Formats: sequence, structure tokens, C-alpha cells
Amino acid sequence: MVPLLEVLKIRKSFGSHVANRDITFTVNSGEVLAILGENGAGKTTLMNIIFGHYLADGGVVRCCGQELKRGDPRAAIEAGIGMVHQHFTLAENLTVLENTLIGTQSLWKPMLSTANAKQKLVTLADQFGLDINPDAYVHQMSVGEKQRLEILKTLINDCRLLILDEPTASLTPQEAVGLFKSIHKMVSSGLGVIIISHKLNEIMQVSDRIIVLRAGEIVGTVNTADASKRQLGEMIVGQKINRPVRRSSRMFDPKIKLENICTRKTNLHAAGLKNINLAVRGGEIMGVVGVAGNGQRSLAEVMSGHIKPTSGNVIIKGVLALKYTPMSFMEAGVAYIPEDRTNDGVVGDMSVWENAVLTETKNTALVDRMTIVRTPQCRSTAEHICITNDVRFQSINQPARLLSGGNIQKLLIGRWFARSPEIIIACQPSRGLDEGAIGAVHQSLLAARGRGGGCGADF
Amino acid sequence: MRFEARENIPRWLPWMAVAGAGAGTLGFAAVLIAAAGAAPLVGFKELFIGSFGSRNAITETGATATPLIFTGLAAAIAFRAKFWNIGVEGQLYAGALAVTYFGTGIIELPAYLMIPFLLIIACVAGGLTLLPMVLLRQFMRVDEVVTTLLTNFVIILLVSYLLEGPWKDPYSLGWPQAAAIIDAGLLPQLVPRSRLHLGFAIAIIAAIVIWLVHSRTIFGFSSKAVGLNQSAARHAGIPVTRTIILIGLLSGGMAGLAGATETIGLKGYLTLDLSPGFGYTGIAVAMLGNLHPIGVIFAAIFMAIIYVGADAMSRAIDVPTYLADVIVATTVLAVLVGLVLVRYRVLIRG
Repeated sequence: MVPLLEVLKIRKSFGSHVANRDITFTVNSGEVLAILGENGAGKTTLMNIIFGHYLADGGVVRCCGQELKRGDPRAAIEAGIGMVHQHFTLAENLTVLENTLIGTQSLWKPMLSTANAKQKLVTLADQFGLDINPDAYVHQMSVGEKQRLEILKTLINDCRLLILDEPTASLTPQEAVGLFKSIHKMVSSGLGVIIISHKLNEIMQVSDRIIVLRAGEIVGTVNTADASKRQLGEMIVGQKINRPVRRSSRMFDPKIKLENICTRKTNLHAAGLKNINLAVRGGEIMGVVGVAGNGQRSLAEVMSGHIKPTSGNVIIKGVLALKYTPMSFMEAGVAYIPEDRTNDGVVGDMSVWENAVLTETKNTALVDRMTIVRTPQCRSTAEHICITNDVRFQSINQPARLLSGGNIQKLLIGRWFARSPEIIIACQPSRGLDEGAIGAVHQSLLAARGRGGGCGADF
Repeated sequence: MRFEARENIPRWLPWMAVAGAGAGTLGFAAVLIAAAGAAPLVGFKELFIGSFGSRNAITETGATATPLIFTGLAAAIAFRAKFWNIGVEGQLYAGALAVTYFGTGIIELPAYLMIPFLLIIACVAGGLTLLPMVLLRQFMRVDEVVTTLLTNFVIILLVSYLLEGPWKDPYSLGWPQAAAIIDAGLLPQLVPRSRLHLGFAIAIIAAIVIWLVHSRTIFGFSSKAVGLNQSAARHAGIPVTRTIILIGLLSGGMAGLAGATETIGLKGYLTLDLSPGFGYTGIAVAMLGNLHPIGVIFAAIFMAIIYVGADAMSRAIDVPTYLADVIVATTVLAVLVGLVLVRYRVLIRG
């Protein structure tokens, strides 16, 4: 039998950095192949080569025995490869149906022909259990619905091999279960699926075969039935993983207290807060759970001074907060590690060292009385932060956007912890990180707790 | 052919791109001069002599560069913070209106007080003109490109009304011009019997001060962060709105200074043709100078050389003066392309 997809000896390097080294594997129809690996192991590069976004330095991609034209996404689509990116590529101002039509219609036709397409969309949605309303506007839809639309977009182009990049990163557990059911229906109808993920549990649940990438090379291929989580984890990192151990710690007085906090809705999708009362004590980590969009963001933003509650009090270390600005809360000892680390955390086009001291605009050790920045001190402080938090970079002057997700998170955590905060609010601090980085993040939070800081962490 | 992002950009590369763009433009201009029926090398020689060849030419180039440095700074400051101030022209006239109001006899001070006073007033007027647009953008998300652009027309029509009506100089024989600035308010000449005035030195000093502010102070650091990623800056505790307001005041202030130095340095009175589009050319100057204050000085002088030199060239070898505009436009385009090549390398195949 000819395999659905054959990848032969794919090589790709960016400058001196080798992203993919002689990658060879196949995917058969009716099979779910999982690709595992650390941040920066080369998974996304590989998928981009298969899909034609990048040109490989060498190697061949064959689809159903036919060689694909290199560097041409259109050829990949025509050969039946569909890709759903981690960050969706939908037109928010169009309807579901119109989104599926993008790229399929001739520019010279005055009207869209929608009747057939709608019929096909509804049939496909039924067949694979991808529940969707064809006339809804994308901006009104939840993350799960958007993802179903992305999958339908590929199916409507007669896709035979579906590539899913981190498909469950922003789904609720219920939505993820629904997605896995759809994946099963797709493979039993003869499709092949490649799934890229960090989440070992889900991979074990959904895949048939697993490939592990490390530093651009395949370090192992296993059948899911024979694999264990521990073994996979060690293959990914290349060494034994030390999961931080949680020991009980002494409790102190409440560091931050919320009394009857109410907030306005900040946007259409997020809920406001209604009469929230909570207290986080020193030496305590409080977890906040819930389906995204039910007020977690508002809660974090009230606790960090980003939004002012419409009623209620925030009491930090026994003092009532009067001024709601990020700086005044920071000065009171709050550190806020936001969920979206690339948009809210680092300034991608500023250097690593500038990002490491971005919060220190009032630090008298780094800024003198004439508000002149003391660059040498800033650099050495930044170097210290990076070394103590194991942030890996090529040069401290390189733009922060070139760091991997895990290193960005370590940089942000290091920058906030260097202020020795007493209250830490961390939103999804380990989201999208690999096992090694997750361990480091949890280790830092536990260490902060040990020092008597109170943490409110949203996991 | 495809583009690939460069990981490490050497410091000299952006300047190489700018220099390369300049060279490319000269090559293109040579073709145009030849097409106009003259020898390109003779044309360039005349262009250089016309802008640098004599005391008169040099001072004239400096005088032309002065407003361009100020408007270039105004655009560069705002653009660096991703605030698209297209209203430099209007803020320039606001500065000119302010010095005309206060400089035509309503207040009389000795020169060493009068000149700083007028410059500060113009700076404030320019800044305040931009302030409403900054606030509209920051608090109500009104697109600043539209508001700043349209404000230009409002202010220019206001100037037109004042010059045709209440502020019209009765001794101007019917020309729409305001009364002359009093002697104590006029900027001294840097070179006797020339049009090069103290404003040129002030412009250079302003650029250097802004460079130091940008590169050394917390305000510069904050405004860089705010420009590149407002959300991350806010999360790091930087007061975003305050920073943007200061940037707006500084940008408008520089534009106001352009209007002031033209009025009290070059012309001596306000007319409707005070600025032949210095505000818009300032955008090109800022782009050509890579949004760097020192780059702006060189870009403004380059543009002045082209404008002054092209006039001389057209007189000497009979080619159209429009060549100046073509050269300037080509340079800006070439620089923008050059800066893309700084961030990406081109791979011809594979």
C-alpha cells in the first residue's frame, strides 16, 4: 500500500541553527500520528515544510506517491494536505460559510455560489460531528467553534491528511473530548491525521503512533499501545525529569484580600465579576479553575491594578488599595504574569536585556535621579536574571521575539521574581510549554511560596 | 525568490541600506537627467555647486534644512511610538500663529528673553494642537491618521481667515500677510548677509537633545516600549497614556518650532506660503533618517541639498525643477525597500 504521506530526509537550517536534520517518516491513511517534542525541537518547522510554507534545504515530501512541489502551499492543498495552525487564520468579519469559501472562488465571478458549498459543509459537519452554524459570524464564536471551522475548511477542500498544531492548547477539557471524537470519525473514514502537542495524556489517548523530536532530529518512534508517559517524557527532554515536589509550608497572614468585588464586563466574551470574596495568605498557592471567559482575566486584572472594580475593596497586606494602576500595585508587592506572554509579557522587538528590566523604570539602582538609564547596571542585572532562571539565548542584545516560548516565560518569571514580590498572580504560567520548562516554572512558584509570598495562580 | 528573516542585524547594516538607497537614487536621477537632454555628470556637478559650491549656496542649503529638521523630528518622535502624526503641517502653522500673536507687539521684551519666550510659546502651541488627537486615540480609539490629517486643513483655513481678516497687515498693500515680528523677536543671522539664521543651530541642538532623551532616559526607554508593544509596556507598569501624551506634546512641539523659526528667522512675518509642505516632507525626512534623531539631521540636509541644488541645476542646464521632487520621492522609496532588506535577506532560489 502506498502511504498517504512520505517524508524523506528533510533538512532545514536557519543560519547556524539546525531546525530539522534528516527527518524521515510516513503516515498511512486511517492513522493518527503524534509528533512530540520540546519548544524549539523543530516540530512547527517540519509541518511548515510539509505544507509548503518553508523551503527545505534538502529532502522530499511525497503525497500518495507523488512528489510535492517544494515551497508551494497550493500544491500541498491540492494534494489533499490540510493544516490547522495553533493560531487561527480566520476572517473574523465573515460568516462560517464565507470563510470556507475563501480561496475556492474565482475572483472574476460577480456573485458567490453558496448553495452547493453550504450543502457540502452541512454534510461534512454531520458526518464528523463538527457541530457548527454555517451562518454565524466568526467573531461571535468560541475558540472550540473556530477550531471546528478550521477543520471543516480543510475538509471542504477534500483534505486527506490533516495536520493539527497544538489543537487543544486553548480548548476546555469538554471541547477537547469532542475534538478527539471527531478525529476518530475522520480516521475511520480513511483520513490520516498528524497531531502536534505537548500534552502527553491527550497524545496517549488519541494517537496510534508517536514520533519524538529533539533538537531537530527524530529520537524515537513508538506505537502508542507500547508507550509509557514516563518513557516519552524522558525521550522528549533527553534526560530524567525532576518534577518539583510540593511540601507543606508555613502559612502567614493574608497578603491580598478581595471583598465583594464586582467589575464591569470588559468585552462581549468575558464575564464580569460578581461579589468575589477571597484571601490569599503568605505561603499559600491558590489555584483558580474554570472554563476560559468566566472572569479569570478580570480577577487577575483587578488583583494587579489593571482594572478598577465597580464596587468592593482590594486589601493588600492590610492596606486598602485606593489607586488602581499597575505601577501602584507593583510597588505594593504584586507581580502579574499574564496569560499571553508574547503580547502582554515581552516587547518582542526590544532586546533580551531591555525586556529583563522593563518593570524597573522606578528602580533607583538602575535609574539615577536625572531619570538617566544606567545601561551597564541594567545589563548586568539582566544577565543575572537570565543566569539564575536558565534563560537560554545567543546574545543578550538579540530581540526577545527570537526566544522560544519557554525561554520567554522564564525571562518574564525571572524579571518579576527579581522584584521579590509578595503576591504573584500567574495566569496559565505553563501553557504551551514543554515538560522541562513546566517543571522550572512550577519550581519557581513553589520556591516563591517557600519565601513567604502568596501566589494566586490560574491554571 | 523569497524572503527570510535575519536573526542578527549588524549595527552598520541599516546605514549601509540608506547609503545604498542614496546611490541607487543618484543612478536613477542620472537616467532622468539624460532623458531631459543633458549630461548627467554635468547635472550632478551643477547640483553640487548650486547647493555647496559657494558661501551663498551653503547658507541657503542650511536655511532650507532648518524647518525640515524640525518637522522630521516631529514625525520621527511620533512614528517611533507608532503614533501616526500626519498633522505636522498644521502644528507648524499653529506655532507660526502663536509667534505672530505674541511677537507683533503685544508683548515687548529684550531679545534674550523675547526669542526664548516665542520659541516656548510656539512649542506649546504645536503640542496643544496635537493633544486632542492623542487623547481621542488613547481614550476613544479614533484613528489618528484621519484626525491629524484633517486638522491640517482646519488650521490652514484658520490662518487664511486671520490673514485675510483680523490679522491682515494694513501696510501690506492688500497681500494676505500678518504684521511683521518686532525686531527683538527676530532670530539673528548665523552668517552675515545670508538667510541662514540661529534656527539652524537650534534645530541641530534639538535633534541631539532628543537623541539623548531617546537613548539615555527612562522616558526614551518607556516610549520605545510603548511604541513597540503597548500592552506589554502596561503590564510592566509603564504609564502608557502619560508616555503617549508626552510623546504627542514633544512631536507637536517640534512641529511648532518649525513654524516659529520660519516666521521669526526667515520671513519675519506670517504668510500663507510659509510652508511649501514642510510638514509632509518631514515624514519623508523621518523615514529617510530611519526615525533616528541624528539620522533626521542628515536626511534633512540631504533633502535641502537636492531641493536647492536642483533649482541651480535647472537654471544652469535647463532641466525641469521637478527632478528634485522625483529624486526625493525615489530616495524615500529606495530607503524603505532598503530597510526591508535589512530585516530580511533575499534568497533567489531555495
